[in-house]
Amino acid sequence: MPQGLQLFPQQASTIAKHVDWLYFFLIAVTIFFATLVCVLVTFFMIRYRRGAKVDRSNPVNHSTTLELLWTGIPLVLAMVIFAWGAVLFYAIQTPGQGAMEIYVVGKQWMWKLQHPAGKKEINELHVPLGKRVRLTMTSEDVIHSFYVPAFRIKKDVLPGRYTTLWFEATKLGTFHLFCAEYCGLGHSRMIGRVVVMTPGDYEKWLSGGGNEEPLEVSGERLFQRLACATCHREDSKGRGPSLAGVFGTSVRLKSGASVVADESYIRESILEPQAKLTAGFDPVMPTFTGQLGEEGIIQLIAYIKSLARKPDSSAPPTPPTSH
Amino acid sequence: MESASNGHGHEHGHEHGHGGDHIHPPPSNFLTKYVFSTDHKVIAVQFFCMGFTMFLVGGLFALLLRWQIAYPFQPLPFGLGEVIYASAPGHTMPPESYPTLVTMHGTVMVFFVIIPLLTGAFGNYLIPLKIGARDMAFPLLNMLSYWVAVPAGVLIIMAFLSEAGGPGAGWTSYPPLSALPQASPGSGAGQTLWLLSIFCVGWSSIMGGINYLTTIINLRAPGMSLTRMPLSVWALFITSVLQVLATPVLAAASILLLFDKLLGTSFFLPAGINVGGQAIAQAGGGNPLLFQHLFWFYSHPAVYILVLPAMGLVSDIIPTFTRKPIFGYKAMAYSMAAIAGLGFIVWGHHMFQAGMNPYVATSFMVATMVIATPSSVKVFNWLGSLYGGSIRFTTPMLCCLAFVSMFIIGGLSGVFLAATPVDIFFHDTYYVVAHIHYVVFGGSVFGIFAGLYYWFPKVTGRKMSEFWGKVHFWLSFVSFNGVFFPMHILGIGGMMRRIADPTIYQHLAPLQSWNVYITMFAVVLGFSQFIVIANIAVSLLRGERVGENPWEATTLEWTTASPPPYYNYLQIPTVHHPPYEFSVPGMESDYIVQSAPPRSA
Repeated sequence: MPQGLQLFPQQASTIAKHVDWLYFFLIAVTIFFATLVCVLVTFFMIRYRRGAKVDRSNPVNHSTTLELLWTGIPLVLAMVIFAWGAVLFYAIQTPGQGAMEIYVVGKQWMWKLQHPAGKKEINELHVPLGKRVRLTMTSEDVIHSFYVPAFRIKKDVLPGRYTTLWFEATKLGTFHLFCAEYCGLGHSRMIGRVVVMTPGDYEKWLSGGGNEEPLEVSGERLFQRLACATCHREDSKGRGPSLAGVFGTSVRLKSGASVVADESYIRESILEPQAKLTAGFDPVMPTFTGQLGEEGIIQLIAYIKSLARKPDSSAPPTPPTSH
Repeated sequence: MESASNGHGHEHGHEHGHGGDHIHPPPSNFLTKYVFSTDHKVIAVQFFCMGFTMFLVGGLFALLLRWQIAYPFQPLPFGLGEVIYASAPGHTMPPESYPTLVTMHGTVMVFFVIIPLLTGAFGNYLIPLKIGARDMAFPLLNMLSYWVAVPAGVLIIMAFLSEAGGPGAGWTSYPPLSALPQASPGSGAGQTLWLLSIFCVGWSSIMGGINYLTTIINLRAPGMSLTRMPLSVWALFITSVLQVLATPVLAAASILLLFDKLLGTSFFLPAGINVGGQAIAQAGGGNPLLFQHLFWFYSHPAVYILVLPAMGLVSDIIPTFTRKPIFGYKAMAYSMAAIAGLGFIVWGHHMFQAGMNPYVATSFMVATMVIATPSSVKVFNWLGSLYGGSIRFTTPMLCCLAFVSMFIIGGLSGVFLAATPVDIFFHDTYYVVAHIHYVVFGGSVFGIFAGLYYWFPKVTGRKMSEFWGKVHFWLSFVSFNGVFFPMHILGIGGMMRRIADPTIYQHLAPLQSWNVYITMFAVVLGFSQFIVIANIAVSLLRGERVGENPWEATTLEWTTASPPPYYNYLQIPTVHHPPYEFSVPGMESDYIVQSAPPRSA
């Protein structure tokens, strides 16, 4: 990393250079206006100091043209910055198709990461170069914030809901991972790193170490162990709704409203089943609060997602989802 | 409120200029004269003393923070550690003190320094005098608003000294961190006292706002039409609208959080959270983001409560020292109203990184971008006010010039934070710290200094020393920039807020020398403030005595004695002129006070 004064840390993701172009444009606009105002203040101070022999015979106290001009120019500039920023912001917020999915759980004071194939890490995230990675994040306790300066990404990690973030690394190497939201006494030490590897090395790294099972397999086991399958049967005759193909679809609720069955909805339905009850079912499901940690919930979500992805012959045909 | 409105009916006669008959004698009892006074001038001075004392307290917190950042966990110089951290091992900062100091610095400076000084002190003193009234519409309510602020101040100090640990969740106090003592040692009794204090100080603010609005609407002297009001009165009027409409939301947020802490409710705690492996039994159904929405719905308008009155003071002072009317009076008033109006719909820009739907974020982004327009109109109009003037470089004028130049820097750095893609990087870094201090110190505090030097002769009948005023100004101005400009560089380098020890971050190692320089300038900035205190003290006793109008200014307060009598005006003045009639061609004097006889009549 270069020493001393630097305009930004290194760029190591696909979005970084786009963010930096907007940033450099803002620097140019800012320097122009700050200089303009400070130079004019100084110039007028000197020129119109008391006792200086200058023409004061026709003092201007109002000028509609000037006022329109200095209302209009900043407004147009602000709108240019807005349009540029908004377009870029959508691009940064939309992960697109086919991203590799990694789950992140923050807690006082560490990051726990789970790869889809089941590999778990703490405070370290290994990712392949040139592949889109989508992070689905939640917190066990207080609010944290996942911040990788070189990738120009940052997103709060909240308890009770999932936030997402994506990036595509463009450089091999190790990059800082910080918590940016004050989260208690150990906040400054909640430091991790992101290791970007070639896809080949990544595969090798994944297969190294213990033989972990994929998340959805752990989830399926948990599903059986907690006896979820007794009610959530595959044939839609159970006391609870069938979960096959439900992920990503719109669910009609008893209240008449409808909700998209995303990660946050599934999490809520496990912990607070009566909060958003599916239409046509009785409020018979007990809460699983206290029996499941965030990682267990993530495994269950991965399993339910897998039911949507690959409908097998025993499950009823599922409608194609847009997910 | 019933008796207060009767009081208004009683004062009604003054509006028609027959006030002479209704003058009450001043209270002769020491308690009712100086302590439990209903006189707006005394209450203003009380607010000033409280605010300035708290300014020193908040400044001391800042210096302790700066020492820690420059020299993490090293003993304070000159054996100060043995006094300040007497009970801590090694007499160095205990780790839990850092977040408490961060929290206390922000809370004290916002709620107990800038707001009480600008609205409580300057608002109280200037509104009745500038509109030609004898007092506020509700004098008793006015007294109450001060005497609610005092217990709030006591509570915040109690919170700081709380045995379980002072509040340490930041001045924003986001739950669940602030709600659960398990998550942070300061989130027990300390945080509870903090919430009670904020509730009380908010109450004081609402009472003040109601009073200022009523007074400005009802008690203006004959001829004081809205478009003849000095811009400071416009600014305080608009600020009062913000105080009355936004503060109740903060009160609601603090009550809900108190319930979560004390009554076992779960407004802000979602199901399934556990701290350190311990499940939180009461949690369920709540949403931590709700607190952020409520907090910022108040606290973004609060930023304008912090800066609009200062804009008003500066707009009053600049014409006096350029001997020229303010440029574009109407645009100045409209732009303040626009800033305040837009200020209500931009709170979400504090939450861009909190997982907000990008479409919602965009609506907050566009409103935030638009707010740059009225702000730049104001800056250009101040520039226009300098053009063609005859500038007198008094201390208040220097403070005003600093205000204009520092406010533009603070405003422009805000554009980076409004542009969401760039904000992703800057959010929660020192760049934000630099930005807010350019607005609130470079803007509001220099506005307060300008107001102090400018109205001190009116309040006391004596001028402050110009020489020491200029020494104080230049030391403050240079060291202010020395402290806060490098913070932009730290933010760009990726230094996060609220980290107790930057040296454990390898990427910040090349930047650590900046932290040392900043701390040196902070010490200069802190100690420079003793100059202004000494200047106030000495000037009170030995300052040059002045008459009614030492600055040859035009607004009404300069037509009565210095200090003004209890009843302000023997005869309620009648207003014939706009507020800034300077250097009118063809006139002998270069200024016309607002109550001077009409020219052509």
